[in-house]
Amino acid sequence: MSDFTRRDFVKAASVSLTILALKPAANLLALESLPELSPLMAKRWALAIDLRKCLEEKNCVKCIEMCHFVHNVPHFAKPKDEVKWIWKESFEAAFAEQDHPFLSADVKVSHPLVMCNHCANPPCVKVCPTQATWKREPDGVVMMDWHRCIGCRYCIAACPYGSRSFNWRDPKPFIKKLQPDFPSRMRGVVEKCNFCEERLAKGQLPACVEACEAKAMVFGDIEDADSDIRCLLQTRFSLRRKPSLGTQPYIYYLV
Amino acid sequence: MNDRGKIVAGLIIFLVLITTPIWMNLVAEGDAEGPEIEILTKDVPGQDKCVKSKTEMAAQHMDLLNTWRDEVVRSKARVYQTADGRYYAKSLTHTCLKCHSNKDKFCDRCHIYVGVNPYCWDCHNEPKEFK
Amino acid sequence: MIEKALQGDRRYWTWLLILGAVIAAGTGFYLKQFHTGLTITGLSRDVSWGFYIAQFTFLVGVAASAVMLVLPYYLHNYKAFGKITILGEFVAIAAVIMCVTFIFVDLGQPFRMLNIFLHPSPSSLMFWDTIALGGYMCLNVLISYITLKAESKTLPPPKWIKPIILISIPWAISIHTVTAFLYSGLVARPFWMTAVLAPRFLASAFASGPSLLILLCLILKRFASFDVGREALRKLAEIVTYAMTVNVFFILMEFFTTFYSGIPEHAEHFDYLIHGLEGKHGLTLWMWISWIIAAATLVLLINPGTRRSEKILPWTALLVVVSIWIDKGMGMVVTGFVPTPLGHITEYFPTLPELMISLAIYGMGMFIVTIFYKVALSVRSAVAR
Repeated sequence: MSDFTRRDFVKAASVSLTILALKPAANLLALESLPELSPLMAKRWALAIDLRKCLEEKNCVKCIEMCHFVHNVPHFAKPKDEVKWIWKESFEAAFAEQDHPFLSADVKVSHPLVMCNHCANPPCVKVCPTQATWKREPDGVVMMDWHRCIGCRYCIAACPYGSRSFNWRDPKPFIKKLQPDFPSRMRGVVEKCNFCEERLAKGQLPACVEACEAKAMVFGDIEDADSDIRCLLQTRFSLRRKPSLGTQPYIYYLV
Repeated sequence: MNDRGKIVAGLIIFLVLITTPIWMNLVAEGDAEGPEIEILTKDVPGQDKCVKSKTEMAAQHMDLLNTWRDEVVRSKARVYQTADGRYYAKSLTHTCLKCHSNKDKFCDRCHIYVGVNPYCWDCHNEPKEFK
Repeated sequence: MIEKALQGDRRYWTWLLILGAVIAAGTGFYLKQFHTGLTITGLSRDVSWGFYIAQFTFLVGVAASAVMLVLPYYLHNYKAFGKITILGEFVAIAAVIMCVTFIFVDLGQPFRMLNIFLHPSPSSLMFWDTIALGGYMCLNVLISYITLKAESKTLPPPKWIKPIILISIPWAISIHTVTAFLYSGLVARPFWMTAVLAPRFLASAFASGPSLLILLCLILKRFASFDVGREALRKLAEIVTYAMTVNVFFILMEFFTTFYSGIPEHAEHFDYLIHGLEGKHGLTLWMWISWIIAAATLVLLINPGTRRSEKILPWTALLVVVSIWIDKGMGMVVTGFVPTPLGHITEYFPTLPELMISLAIYGMGMFIVTIFYKVALSVRSAVAR
């Protein structure tokens, strides 16, 4: 490598730039020959959760079960070791700033689903010392690279929504039913909701959205003015968690 | 200094010890054939060739998998184009293992022989139809 | 020079053997943690940093505090610190090594630690902290080696080392500032999000570090017949007095802003410390001990009679270290997680393996300090002869 001159560098750089320029075309061609790889694409993914519809099926946990099944999320009996991607919280815990004693009863008893907010300004991304977590452009999915994570848990300290879990021990023996299409994790890395990016890549909706029979979750491109989610947000009043922090979450709650 | 003898003797012993693998290899020459690997999968329609030549794969499959991994996870580039223009999904589980379904006799035999322990399988699974 | 560490009396070897045993025991527990995962610690999804990171924070302070000797000696030519400045630098080196080890044992995937350099991320304070600590360690190794070598030849240190020593002064401030930024920039943790955190870290560092050094000097006086001199000790005690006063002042400022404004998510953390929340008060007793001790040390330090008494001083120094160790270690780090951003109260207590691993790291630090001090004192006595 010591002979790697400036000229070589320019050469290498121009070659890699050419490859980068050609890549999208190659991928487009490939889509036809690999039909299972026709992805859903968006300018900015977002999710709206209808608290009222969700409350109608009070004890329903189908979305949680489906998400945890397709992503091989382990189930630990001890809360200390817990790993979770999506779960239900009390309204008070999820929306501390909105809570007050005279809140209407149906809001008060609603148990909002909470998960990674795929923030526009994700604090977890800023603090990661190895770029093991990053915001994907352009669709804004906050990604995790489990191969690179060193397990420092700085991102857990930084997430204001408590959305991140750490594998305190080897999760594999605690996976109820192994789903071979998706990897499990090794001990010592952080994990969280990935907005089902592996399903979007195959043209499928997120697992939680698909599992919800009450259609309480609407997923779509929020930058697309004609999308369902945009229409919903235009007609219904919505909340985001901890808006004052400036993280700009992309999970919306319809009340 | 009257320790010269001791120091030189020590250095010689150190050099002999640290080069043991080379001597062992010379002595055992001929035995180092390596294991036979086998592909027991029945023909997968339309897949009679690997993504690269056999020699390239034998030497570089780990680099290729590493690159695939980074490209899929980090750059959203999920499709691989071979030199002769075929397209594949960059996937250990779904592409490689489709043909090389007998991991024990294809992957493990060599890995055990050369004493490497890739941790791919800690998290990535063998496809269920072959299990 | 280094060979001096290989010649010692029976007491020296026994002490090293004891430390070696402590390190071996802790290594055993670490191997278990390495194979099972961090589940053998008391850490949880809700409280994800604990004893290890607390020790890290405390020890960064100890490392930074060497500047309290370097600055008067090299910048103001304060001769009384001539004998102990190098001792302070040695403590700093050992402290940085302990810091890095505490981070190492806290990682879920320790063998990937070098990813910090392979994929440098300037937006992460942890990246800057690694650079600050690494640089500080190199500076101190270089400075102490060069100055001690010159001393062994009874020569003044070479001229080129002076600018490096001067750089080490702001660098020492930087390591603890960056360590404070690690915490104080997180929107998720109101308890840490205070601009006074970095100054507070520095104040507590300049109180606890010199206190530790007072203790070490008195130990050397008793066991190694090495007297640093009365003036140096008195000056150290004065430094501790100022720093501890400022530290307590900063803590009181935190209380004022929090409770006068009354913002619940700030106040809840302090409520947890003062009287517990929802019946959970694992840290309350500890914090009250820390605060009461802090008040007591202020009395002992500010009153000239007790400060100058060589009988009382070691106790005062010990109390300062204990008070700050509780406050800055457990109190500062763990309380950031209680309550969680979702308002849940999960308590944290270190487990036996966690404590043993930590003890081993402290043992390693003491081992290093012992060897360094042995070398320094042997060089000095050889020169004196």
